[in-house]
Amino acid sequence: MKVQINGQEKELAGPLTVEELLKVENVKMPEMVSVEINGEILDREQFSEVIVKEDDEIEFLYFMGGGACGLY
Amino acid sequence: MDFTEQQIERYSRHIILSEVGVEGQEKLLNSKVLIIGTGGLGAPAAMFLAAAGVGTIGLVDRDVVDLSNLQRQIIHQTKDVGKLKAVSGRETINEMNPDIKVIEYHTFVDSSNIMDIIKDQDYDFIIDGTDNFAAKFLINDACVLAKKPFSHAGIIRFHGQLTTYIPDNNTPCYRCIFKQPPPEGVVPTCREAGVLGVMGGVIGTLQATEAIKYILGLGDSLAGYLLTYDALDMEFRKIKIKHNKKCGVCGDEPHITSLIDYAQPVCDLSTGTIKG
Repeated sequence: MKVQINGQEKELAGPLTVEELLKVENVKMPEMVSVEINGEILDREQFSEVIVKEDDEIEFLYFMGGGACGLY
Repeated sequence: MDFTEQQIERYSRHIILSEVGVEGQEKLLNSKVLIIGTGGLGAPAAMFLAAAGVGTIGLVDRDVVDLSNLQRQIIHQTKDVGKLKAVSGRETINEMNPDIKVIEYHTFVDSSNIMDIIKDQDYDFIIDGTDNFAAKFLINDACVLAKKPFSHAGIIRFHGQLTTYIPDNNTPCYRCIFKQPPPEGVVPTCREAGVLGVMGGVIGTLQATEAIKYILGLGDSLAGYLLTYDALDMEFRKIKIKHNKKCGVCGDEPHITSLIDYAQPVCDLSTGTIKG
């Protein structure tokens, strides 16, 4: 299925949860990321429940500061 | 207010802008901006606000200038190493523009002093130029509770982000995006950290731009957006952010009604480890 992640189109083998998506996308520190899907910020507790759907627009929003962010 | 001839000349490139004019320049000279942290972000923000003629600038910092700061904190010079950053900042500002009144606060912000500092001069706009999550959440909560507009920003490596909070405008706050600081032990050691010096210049200058626009009532702010900058891809993205009804401080049922001092790990640069 096709989704957009941070503005870029991606082909994903779905369906999968947000938690699984963070792994597939190789996000090293998921604790340092907020996730927005179609304009709504998710609760962290929902990461294991929310299923990513075709055409979803997903933003990984990284904590930045203190010599740290979730990008690496 | 009456401008001196020198002021008319100094601010002529502002005054000639129809969107600014004499009236706008007068607004700037009568305005008050608080800059918390005079480092990578705060240094360029302070210098451009001073050059622009923002009449009162508060500088909050308890640090002293370190040689390793000079790669990006352009308000401080080699001769300032060892000097309190707020003092060094004030000296640079006053050399550049003697019109500016600089108020120094030789402290780090915490729950016991931030409200007093914000209210000390009834600042019009606040710039978060800090480098740690404890301070960022504190500044956010204080500005939301005190109904003060502020600019959040963060920089790391080749990345930067910023957003603007405007009270009473259904604007998302920092906590709407990031519910709480990352858990302890997750933040990597400072050995892995680093930042391209110009990142603070780009993002801190954008923070100053947001402050000036707010004071002058110009254009559209970043309220409701997170702007991200990737210097390697040379890409800016403006990501729409909605106000979060479940936000702990500005949501429908806020549970944060007083300020919180989060534990702040202290970075030991000599060993590259995090203490406490």
